[in-house]
Amino acid sequence: MTLDAMKPGQECEILDITAEGIVGQRLMDMGFIPGARVKMVRNAPLVDPVEFLMKGCHISLRHSEAKKVEVKPL
Amino acid sequence: MSDSKKLIVAVAGQPNSGKSTIFNMLTGARQHVANYPGVTVEKKTGSFRLKEDRVELIDLPGTHSLTSYTQEERIARDFLLNERPAVVVNVVDASNLERNLYLTFQLAEMEIPLVVNLNMMDVAEKRGQKIDIENLSRQLGAPVVPTVGNRGKGKKELKEAILATSKEQQATSFQIDYGETLEPALNSLEKVLSEDTGFSARYPLRWLAVKLMENDKEAQRLVREYSKKRGIILRLAEEKREAFARDQGGSPEKIIAVRRHQEAQRIVETCVTCRKDIPGTLTDRIDQVVCNRYMGPIILAATIYLIYELAIVQGYNITAYTWPVLAWSRDLIASLLPSEGFISDPFFRSMPLWVTDGTIAVLNYVPIFLILFALIAILEDTGYMARMAFILDRIFRYFGLHGQSVLPMVIGGLYVGGCAIPGVMACRAMKDEKARIATIMIVPLMNCLAKVPFYVLLIGIFFTAYKGVAMFFIATITIIIALSVAKILSLTVLRKKESAPFVMDMPPYHLPTIRGVLGRCLERTWLFVKKIITIVIVVSVIVYVLIYFPGISKERKSCYMNQADQAIQTFFKKIGKDNPYAPLLAGDKSTSFATYWGDYKKARMGAKGKEAKESIDQNFREKNFEFFKIVKRGKYTVEGKAIKDKYAARIYKAYKKLDKKRNRLRREQKEETIINSFMGRAGRFMEPLTKWAGFNWRINIALMSAFAAKESSVATLGGIYQSRPGEKEETLEKRMKEKEKGWTALHVLAIMLFMAMYPPCIPTLLMVRLETGSTKWMLFATFYPIVLGIIIAVLVFTGGNLLGLSGMQAMIAFYILALIFLVLMGLIKEEPEFT
Ligand SMILES: Nc1nc2c(ncn2[C@@H]2O[C@H](COP(=O)(O)OP(=O)(O)O)[C@@H](O)[C@H]2O)c(=O)[nH]1
Ligand SMILES: [Mg+2]
Repeated sequence: MTLDAMKPGQECEILDITAEGIVGQRLMDMGFIPGARVKMVRNAPLVDPVEFLMKGCHISLRHSEAKKVEVKPL
Repeated sequence: MSDSKKLIVAVAGQPNSGKSTIFNMLTGARQHVANYPGVTVEKKTGSFRLKEDRVELIDLPGTHSLTSYTQEERIARDFLLNERPAVVVNVVDASNLERNLYLTFQLAEMEIPLVVNLNMMDVAEKRGQKIDIENLSRQLGAPVVPTVGNRGKGKKELKEAILATSKEQQATSFQIDYGETLEPALNSLEKVLSEDTGFSARYPLRWLAVKLMENDKEAQRLVREYSKKRGIILRLAEEKREAFARDQGGSPEKIIAVRRHQEAQRIVETCVTCRKDIPGTLTDRIDQVVCNRYMGPIILAATIYLIYELAIVQGYNITAYTWPVLAWSRDLIASLLPSEGFISDPFFRSMPLWVTDGTIAVLNYVPIFLILFALIAILEDTGYMARMAFILDRIFRYFGLHGQSVLPMVIGGLYVGGCAIPGVMACRAMKDEKARIATIMIVPLMNCLAKVPFYVLLIGIFFTAYKGVAMFFIATITIIIALSVAKILSLTVLRKKESAPFVMDMPPYHLPTIRGVLGRCLERTWLFVKKIITIVIVVSVIVYVLIYFPGISKERKSCYMNQADQAIQTFFKKIGKDNPYAPLLAGDKSTSFATYWGDYKKARMGAKGKEAKESIDQNFREKNFEFFKIVKRGKYTVEGKAIKDKYAARIYKAYKKLDKKRNRLRREQKEETIINSFMGRAGRFMEPLTKWAGFNWRINIALMSAFAAKESSVATLGGIYQSRPGEKEETLEKRMKEKEKGWTALHVLAIMLFMAMYPPCIPTLLMVRLETGSTKWMLFATFYPIVLGIIIAVLVFTGGNLLGLSGMQAMIAFYILALIFLVLMGLIKEEPEFT
């Protein structure tokens, strides 16, 4: 499953980043790396973008970006 | 001057770590803001003394990492690489150590002497985190200095650490172990890199090796351009990358990022105790409301309304108090210039006054700017800015914009009233270059304060029955058009521009400090004022020449002179030879009386209440008693005795006539001058073309003159639509209606739409140049609105005529068409392309 499919409140562990180039690098710089635990907090009022909580930091991504992160729900 | 050295010290850190606060703490007021050459990223420098050395401090852009993907990261990195600062102060958010160390490691890799500044110690403490500073310093191989930036705590210690580190000139010994899968590759790359000694003396080799493994384009360029072994190195790097991908089933950059994060986690685990992992619970609770599906948009709308109300409405009210100051300085300048002539003023009076008027028209908006910039700073500091982007990104993305585009658009005049100058400046916070330029291009399409009087005038004449509807139309159609334009731009001219992933931090909420907010708002306002004073002056001189030259023919001039002479003769005949006041008004003295007359009238007009009027009278009486007798129509008192002076009364009557005649001559001559000017000729020259849009030459001139400052369009119309000789003075509305009998609402609709699309005023264009860093974009921002405006005006006017639509019908039809077009544009999919 990918990160964009998560429901609010759901937690997961990242398995892999499939994004290449700038998107992949930026995700990894922000801490989206294999093994990291992420909690989906909420969707924006118009569904996109989506907010995640990771190690105490809130980070929002567009769904198109979150789609490039493979996860395993916990 | 013996051994005073200049030390270059850079401040680096992640966004919101308190970098600017530390920068300010170290430098105090001595700072200077400019741009990095060729780009629009702000470069802040400042200086301070450190024992006998002079330190030049540079605030690098805040970045999470040091890749070559974004402009800011490239700038920070190039600076460190090429300028080789003596020390880098790495500002680290102590309450968020793990994430911040990720950058620290990369700085260490660049082999520059490092001082780690643990800022926000108060926040970390409040969260119950205890940081073992000594241990951290030992592990990082660099001095670690705790501070509380916004309270100036730790300033002395930080300075001492900078000094000590600069003396040692020792890069930190810290190195990340990238693991057995990567280290051998890094080692062999380093070895080849070191073979070219010239090259290896200039660049940190391990850093280069890591970057080459990361497939970093800039690092590859460095090798290609400067290393003698370029072929071998690049080939080896390529081989190693491929081998890694084959053996490990992933890219090296992934492992590199993972190792850095793991290392950060390890260090935090060993140095930070009592970690409570519940930071920002208040933020969570606020966000539950602020980002809520229903409450979110409501709060957002309320915020936008508040910005509008505070800055635009209240700010405009404040200008009523600041205007007298500007008017006073204008009068001061006027009094220093050659005095005015009877019917035409000398060049060195009218030109400087024209320039002054243009400048103060813009300076008048400074209160609005101050409030706007303060509000922007508050939005940034509290963290709400990120939430605005979060809530609105979805809508704006359809049109090639970004959630962050909303604020510049609000400031530019999303509904009615705003200003494009701060609007364009507010785009600075946007990281996505493509969306940023698109936003800068459309902000001037919003309805700025100066366009509003023009709309009000025209709507008042031709849409009398539907004032509200027409105003709503013009206020919202601009948004519809602007969004469509943004999409078209992003599909065409901006297609190749660098876009950025959305990935955005949502920082915890916190209270802004007065110092921070005031500092930034004054800084930005000052930046603006400086620009205005220099360049606007030059440009308005050019516009002046276009409007007043080549002037009218000699014959016409003498014709006006004759009329003036006649009027003066009539005046003297009327007052009679024996009039004792006659000598007072002869020759040169007449101008001082004219000034007195004008001043008195103006003062009385502005005065409210009996007392105020009496005090004005007292004033003018003291200034010049003889003149005073005249302006009082011969009725005045001397030592309490009322006097009726028939000579003065006669002069008053005659002078009033003369003054009226004079004003008429001045206006007529001015009108003729404008019509014959370069701009007037252009206006008439274009009439055959612009008539398809419904513009006659008079409108052409008014529209062209608006280019200097839109405020002047109504004034120019006032100049063109004169009352006919012998008629009594009428309002501009009536005069226009009178003169343009053939006009229909369709004409006016076309004119209004053209005005809505009008090119940005000159100060805005300056800001566009500054914020895009390119003259090409400035020219584009000038010309595309003209083309667009003409297309729309022709479409509405000619189309409406052909279909036989009334003004109202055309308005509705156009609105529907524009909406459909907007929806279609929004539906066009645009896949973000990342390099
Ligand atoms: N509580 C606290 N706040 C700080 C400290 N240093 C800076 N701030 C605040 O953090 C916010 C961001 O600081 P700024 O210098 O703009 O961060 P930058 O993005 O790194 O330049 C501002 O509102 C500062 O007032 C600190 O040591 N403690
Ligand atoms: Mg800053």
